[in-house]
Amino acid sequence: MASGNFRTCPTTGFKIHIPAQTLIQTNAVTAIVFLLVGGILGLGMVLTRWQAVHLLNDEWFYRLLTLHGIAMLVAWIIFFEMAVLYFASAIVLSSRLAAPWAGWLQYVLMLGGAALTAVQILLGNADVMFTSYVPLQANHLYYLGIILFAVGAIVGCIVFFATLVVAKTEGTYKGSLPLVTFGAAAAAIIAIATLSHGAIVFIPTWLWAAGIIPMMDAEVYRLLFWGFGHSSQQINVCAMVSVWYLLGTLTVGAKPMNEKVCRTAFVFYILFINIASEHHLLTDPGLSAAHKTWNTGYFMHLAVLASMIHAFSIPGCIEVALRKKGYTRGAFEWLKKAPWGNPGFSALALSLFGFGFLGGITGVVYGTEQVNIIAHNNLRIPGHFHATVVAGTTLAFMGITYYVLPLIFRREVAFPGLAKLQPYIFGIAMYVVSVSMMFAGGFGVSRRSWDMNGVDGPFQVNFGPIVDMALAIMGIAGVVACIGGAMYCIIAVATLLIGKKIEA
Amino acid sequence: MTEESQAQESGGKPASYWEVFYDDIFLLFFLSIAILYISYTVWGLMELGTVDPSPLLKP
Repeated sequence: MASGNFRTCPTTGFKIHIPAQTLIQTNAVTAIVFLLVGGILGLGMVLTRWQAVHLLNDEWFYRLLTLHGIAMLVAWIIFFEMAVLYFASAIVLSSRLAAPWAGWLQYVLMLGGAALTAVQILLGNADVMFTSYVPLQANHLYYLGIILFAVGAIVGCIVFFATLVVAKTEGTYKGSLPLVTFGAAAAAIIAIATLSHGAIVFIPTWLWAAGIIPMMDAEVYRLLFWGFGHSSQQINVCAMVSVWYLLGTLTVGAKPMNEKVCRTAFVFYILFINIASEHHLLTDPGLSAAHKTWNTGYFMHLAVLASMIHAFSIPGCIEVALRKKGYTRGAFEWLKKAPWGNPGFSALALSLFGFGFLGGITGVVYGTEQVNIIAHNNLRIPGHFHATVVAGTTLAFMGITYYVLPLIFRREVAFPGLAKLQPYIFGIAMYVVSVSMMFAGGFGVSRRSWDMNGVDGPFQVNFGPIVDMALAIMGIAGVVACIGGAMYCIIAVATLLIGKKIEA
Repeated sequence: MTEESQAQESGGKPASYWEVFYDDIFLLFFLSIAILYISYTVWGLMELGTVDPSPLLKP
């Protein structure tokens, strides 16, 4: 039912602001395009690190690795998060979106910035990889692209907060914010803190690359860069946990067992998760042990505690919801009878396990000073963050897409049989990719390296055949994961083009 | 949100201090920025500011 600038969703009863819906659709589709690009590049990465194939030459490996990082870690995730922010504010609160024109400004800045950066990388003007550590220098337009993208994302966060104020003022909700919106607010707070570091580090680096200022200090760059580079992944954590709660509600009708505890966990994220960036600097000589220990020890573990709370709270509320449906026989009937054929639920379950167990536990271990010294520059770390960002966040976002398509795009999901399989193929393959990377990294295989044996170097490093086997398993699983990712893109595009329309 | 308005919305039961604190998104925003900048950024920059310039950096 449509009325003025609103329509009412027949499934959820949400009043949907049409300009917000259009922005959600646009950001989500753009995110999926970047996922497709990043996924194709990821295929090139695994087929190069798989030593028996070694597909790309060194020049294109480093170039496309840079673009893979930007497309996946920045563009896919943050475009999708913009869609999540507009959904969690305007749609969940049944409010109008504050200043839709600012939402479009966000979109244009982010798209323009991402395109500018991508073109510079493809032209060979920015073979500096995702971290772009100084004194490596890219063309100044590469940094300008990232600045535009970051400013666009800040504008999106401001629109989100303004919408919360509008919803409160116009009385579209009473009392506290719903938990999903509260989680999204936590993500937006972390995003602004993060993106401000992006601006602080990239504006002088841009001026340095343009020849306007003479030098950029490498240590200062690293300190500020990781305030942006790692914290941007904490936005994902908050958005992903919010999506988990939303998927729990949408798939089995789960409600948090104790909202106060869940909110406390989000507050721990808001206050303490960003300083975990310090673990990238544990071997940097310029910072004191006090700075390192304070930021990676006492404070960071309050954020780890928050993740542990969510790790118990979300499966717990799913168990309660399923037991209420009558699945009470024995300890695990609820688990056996859970809707494993619903791609939203299977994506939630696989994402929880991938993020929490493979990504979270390894992250805490690798983030400690003693282990970090030996782990940070080998393949263990990419193994860790492919578990968190890909098996965790990306899979959760894929799962919510199966609800966004009918609720926001008003189309029935195309190829439902394929959709049932997709989270399993993608999720389990990514588990294998992550574990085999960590396994190979345990033997000292370096990360971000085209030539792990040092063939053209002054000395050679030879690894045992077990390493070749681990990298082959990584390569095969990587191909399967790309097939799972392609299935997701095909389902999403087919739904938009040929999916049966849902009249509302 | 004031305590009185929260109490009205929750049927007369006064909101706890924690609830009032958690509902104040902009206070949480301020604290998040303050903790990050004091504990990580400013402290880090102050320490890096005390490191002598490399002797390799000759004018």
